[in-house]
Amino acid sequence: MHFGADQPLRLDCGIDLSPFQIAYQTYGELNADRSNAILVCHALTGDQHVANVHPVTGKPGWWETLVGPGRPLDPQHYFIICSNVIGGCMGSTGPASINPATGKVWGLDFPVITIPDMVRAQAMLIDRLGIDTLFAVVGGSMGGMQVLQWTAAYPARVYSALAIACSTRHSAQNIAFHELGRQAVMADPDWRNGGYADHGIHPHRGLAVARMAAHITYLSDAALHRKFGRRMQDRELPTFSFDADFQVESYLRYQGSSFVERFDANSYLYLTRAMDYFDIAADHGGVLAKAFVGIKTRFCVVSFTSDWLFPTSESRALVHALNASSARVSFAEIETDRGHDAFLLDVPEFFDISRAFLQSAGKARGLNGKGG
Amino acid sequence: MSVQEVLPLNGVATGPSGQFRADHLLVAEMVKPGSKVLDVGCGEGDLLQLLETRGIDGRGIELSREGVNRCVAKGLAVVQGDADTDLVNYPDDAFDYVILSQTLQATRQPRVVLENLLRIGRRAIVSFPNFGFWKMRLQLLIGGHMPRTENLPATWYDTANIHFCTIKDFVELCDQINVKMERSVALDLYGRPVPLNLPWWVWNMFGEQGVFLLSRGGGK
Repeated sequence: MHFGADQPLRLDCGIDLSPFQIAYQTYGELNADRSNAILVCHALTGDQHVANVHPVTGKPGWWETLVGPGRPLDPQHYFIICSNVIGGCMGSTGPASINPATGKVWGLDFPVITIPDMVRAQAMLIDRLGIDTLFAVVGGSMGGMQVLQWTAAYPARVYSALAIACSTRHSAQNIAFHELGRQAVMADPDWRNGGYADHGIHPHRGLAVARMAAHITYLSDAALHRKFGRRMQDRELPTFSFDADFQVESYLRYQGSSFVERFDANSYLYLTRAMDYFDIAADHGGVLAKAFVGIKTRFCVVSFTSDWLFPTSESRALVHALNASSARVSFAEIETDRGHDAFLLDVPEFFDISRAFLQSAGKARGLNGKGG
Repeated sequence: MSVQEVLPLNGVATGPSGQFRADHLLVAEMVKPGSKVLDVGCGEGDLLQLLETRGIDGRGIELSREGVNRCVAKGLAVVQGDADTDLVNYPDDAFDYVILSQTLQATRQPRVVLENLLRIGRRAIVSFPNFGFWKMRLQLLIGGHMPRTENLPATWYDTANIHFCTIKDFVELCDQINVKMERSVALDLYGRPVPLNLPWWVWNMFGEQGVFLLSRGGGK
């Protein structure tokens, strides 16, 4: 979807981004009274291909466990929209796009964007699609941040909100991990101060290291131990070298190298920065509850016991703020040892809760017999 | 003892074999349709489901993760939380009724919890097992051991119920913290209300549990 000079995107940094475009996918059909639309918000390294084969990697959609026929978000019942965030690299305008003013790739000239900027762009897309109120906004991790930003910025446009494994602000530890990733990218000589595109190269090595470090934060000690332990990779004895002797090393290297095939390094810098800046309470005088005063949106907050990136305590703080605002909120902590990544994996209890939450909201919304 | 009035107890007579628990039906009768209710210690959401059928906007808090997840999977608005620590996060007058059903005796600070109930809700409905029930007394008096009943089968060393009281004790606490009793009902072992025209010590003896509709006293 293209937005011309007459519809600039007003960014938090004070710049009007124009023109810009938003790449998106939809599944299912919008009903006659336009009341069954669900917006799925993707996480840091996700994109709009939530439930279809990815055009670059050829892999299944990143959330086919949750979205698809017979799943909690069933396109037979809902009109499901997923857009690539502004600043992303899968078709929406971002640092890898061409700057119309120069005819060259934006690179670091691209303005710094925030989570509210992403949501503002999504709201413009939803307007263009002719939808006033979203039946639900759903997302995990950075996607969950967008869900919460939607409810804080456009409470009347969000009938229900499913916020998973997320927080209303990025913690110091999370900022620290992001800084580690950014420094890894910037330390790669091929980064060229962000101007690598002009030289026809890409800081693969730095971005791969960033991904490897981040990937560890998405797992848990127990999950790593169960999956790999201290097992060796295709060998019986240590090689007394720095080869990937251990399976866990080999796995991480694979995660790093496959990631760089599909992701732009500068985009990674911009999106991690957007998460770092996120702090809903700070935008409301430091009091989180003020962000949700009088809100009618039905909330469901989900956390996972072994998630140490967005621990349950963060979700609980959100729930307390929602309680203080008398919002209608459900909050479930799901027991799993699979860490932050659990929200993308096959966790039946999570699906049951998501399905029931949407069904009950659908009943209240008058979506007859809807909801898988 | 405050004034007691006769309750319309439709359906309560279905007893323990009925679909809903007797004390739940009694609580549901006490809540005006269309009101907003917080159920503290909502278990698996049976009472909330009953209230929903009566057009009541119900929310719940439950300590056990399994209980919460079952509630949420039923589509109920329930959060994981602790009556002792999490009630402080709710603003004054947030609900028409706050219900504490068979949970008071499991809290660490029943008095503080009770005060919070009547801060958050304009009214509170509290039910609890009566430790003055004759069977309890008999077990202590004759058996010489801590009472155990069908409804409270846990031994003294693994029970979650750490603050048992009798109906008389509860009435005294309410007086102490200026809580007004609008309705009081004692249910016998079969979930039947103990006749109201009997003196209160009969209640304390023959009520297996007490159910009370409370409001803030005039002095506050």
